[in-house]
Amino acid sequence: MDLLKRFQQGDADAFEKLFRQFQAEVYGWIIPIVRDAGVAEDLTIETFWRIYKARARFDSDTAFGAWAHRIARNLAIDHIRRRRREEELSEQSLMIAMPDSALRRETREKIHYAFRQLPRKLQAAAILALVDERPYQEIADLLGASVGAIRTRVFRAVRQLRKQLERMGVKP
Amino acid sequence: MTGNGDEGIQKLLKAVMPPVDPDLRRDLWPAMLRRLERPGTSVPWYDWALITALGCWLVFFPEGIVHLLYQL
Repeated sequence: MDLLKRFQQGDADAFEKLFRQFQAEVYGWIIPIVRDAGVAEDLTIETFWRIYKARARFDSDTAFGAWAHRIARNLAIDHIRRRRREEELSEQSLMIAMPDSALRRETREKIHYAFRQLPRKLQAAAILALVDERPYQEIADLLGASVGAIRTRVFRAVRQLRKQLERMGVKP
Repeated sequence: MTGNGDEGIQKLLKAVMPPVDPDLRRDLWPAMLRRLERPGTSVPWYDWALITALGCWLVFFPEGIVHLLYQL
């Protein structure tokens, strides 16, 4: 019996094999969105926990990776929304996040504030396109959207960021 | 490459966003095992009571949906 069928039937060894096979890949989908290794590890485990709970509903003829990717992506994007609401970006993380010491602290805070005001989907697209400089096709695959949608999200993110920063007196 | 020709915004974001290591540096299976062994969390009775009360309130005062959505 193949691995996925055994997993679907609740075989613990099959689940462990799948976990070991996919853990790095799932982490790799989450980390560019949440940008925090600890959070990405927690969400990787949460992804597999949800997979494990829903194993009976899993269709073993479909791709396990695509299923896992959908769950991981949703968890990562939900995390951005929660973080935005709770303003988890502490002063300390801002300091760690600051490789360019020439940029004044106040300006950094304004940039972070402006970024947090973006809708979560725009945040994810903007980080991947502008900071990581990933190709649009790769971002589209990662976020489960079309290339056109990603282009639009990045365009809107840039426009909203520019407006917000200009309102706060930061010249992009 | 943004395609938007807005290097100013890109430069600012890069200055405040740290680069991330895309690779997983440790085996998460032991943590997964702990998660599997943790007893499932159940919703306490007072949460159900709160949800019921909220539902009743929305039935009698549907305009409250707007306020509720604003708070979410």
